[in-house]
Parts: sequence; structure tokens; C-alpha cells
Amino acid sequence: MQGGNTTMAQAQSEIRYLTPLSVDTKKKKYCRFKRSGIKYIDYKDPEFLKKFLNEQGKILPRRITGTSLKFQRRVARAVKRARHLALLPYVTDLMK
Amino acid sequence: MYNYETVFILTPVLSEPQMKEAVEKFKTVLTDNGATIENEELWGMRKLAYPIQKKTTGFYAFLEFAGEPTIVNKLETAYRRDEKVIRFLTFRQEKYAHEYALKRRSLKKNAAKVEETPAEQPAVEAPQAEVKEETNE
Repeated sequence: MQGGNTTMAQAQSEIRYLTPLSVDTKKKKYCRFKRSGIKYIDYKDPEFLKKFLNEQGKILPRRITGTSLKFQRRVARAVKRARHLALLPYVTDLMK
Repeated sequence: MYNYETVFILTPVLSEPQMKEAVEKFKTVLTDNGATIENEELWGMRKLAYPIQKKTTGFYAFLEFAGEPTIVNKLETAYRRDEKVIRFLTFRQEKYAHEYALKRRSLKKNAAKVEETPAEQPAVEAPQAEVKEETNE
């Protein structure tokens, strides 16, 4: 970590990179359900579920949202229930 | 006895009393088979996210009930036989879903109470509080 800090400081003072070295500043992903203590994901709230969908209405992978496996399964189930009840579309363009 | 919840969508071509009648019909299907209805919500006319049977809107009704597992089949055959129902979903509430449902119900009750008792006071106070929060940010 120390080495990383010094190179960052040098980059700021002496050398200017076109693309900043953002290795150390990368934010740690976390599971929002674990952090906020949500245990049940409601299919009746399509606006909330839209956070886990891309523009075409596909479910976003865990590697992007940071959701834990347990809650990813529950998100998927909630989204699928919402789709069945036409609260969310199966296929679409430009969701938001 | 397990807790279940069910949502069904009725066709928008029905009139208001016909809707009520259909909802009552499914409630009697449940109660006749020994279930107790714990919560009932009529979400009303909503736009569908995609057309179902060439219809773009539908009337949503939501029921929560407690009963034996055999009741689900009976309810779903009743749904399938009824042409007014264009979509339905029934499932058993697992532990967390049931907790959430209870919380949701109590919240709904409280909201109803607030509307009944001091209807004017919160309406006056609320906008001021909102403005304060905005200025802080």
C-alpha cells in the first residue's frame, strides 16, 4: 500500500498521465442487502428492481452490482416474478 | 397451515362492479376451502409492461391467505377456468417474505390511521419539514 501511495503522489506532482492510475482508488463493491439488512426482496416494487437491470431489461451480473450470491438469487427470483406479472418487461429498449 | 400470497390480473374490459364481483368470487373459493384471508389489496388499473392477450392495461388484485397446500391447486384451477383472469401468480411466503408482509400490512394500517385522524395537521407540517431538509443538503 505504501508503494502505491508514493507513486500516486509522484504522479500528481511530476508526471501527468493521460489516464490517471486509478488502481488504488477503486471502490470496493459490497452487497447492498447485507449492508442495509434487507432480508426479503419484494417483486411488487419494480422501480427498486430496475437498479438490477440493464437497459434491455436483462438482470445485471453480480460482478457489476456487487450483490452476494444469496441475494443475487433472490433478486433474480423477484425480477422473474415481476416480469410474469407484467410489472417489468421481458425485453425492451431504453428502460429508463 | 402455510401463508400464501397471490396476485391476479383481470381484463380491463370489465366494469367496476364486475371487478369487485370477480375478486369476491376468488375470496369465496379460498374461504370455502378452509383458508383465512389475511390481507386484501386492490391495486387498481395499471399499465402492463408488455401486452397480454392484446391488452395493455389490467386490473391488479392482491390477496394474502393462510391455508393448506392443496388450496393452491383449487385456486389456480379457478383462475384458469375464469376468462376474466389474464395472469396470476401464487406462492408460499417463506420466513422472510412473511415478516416483510406483516411489516407491510402494519405500515399500511398506520398510513390509514393517519389519514383518518388528523388529516390536516400532517399535511401542513410535512411541506415545511421537506423544505428544511433540502436547504441542509
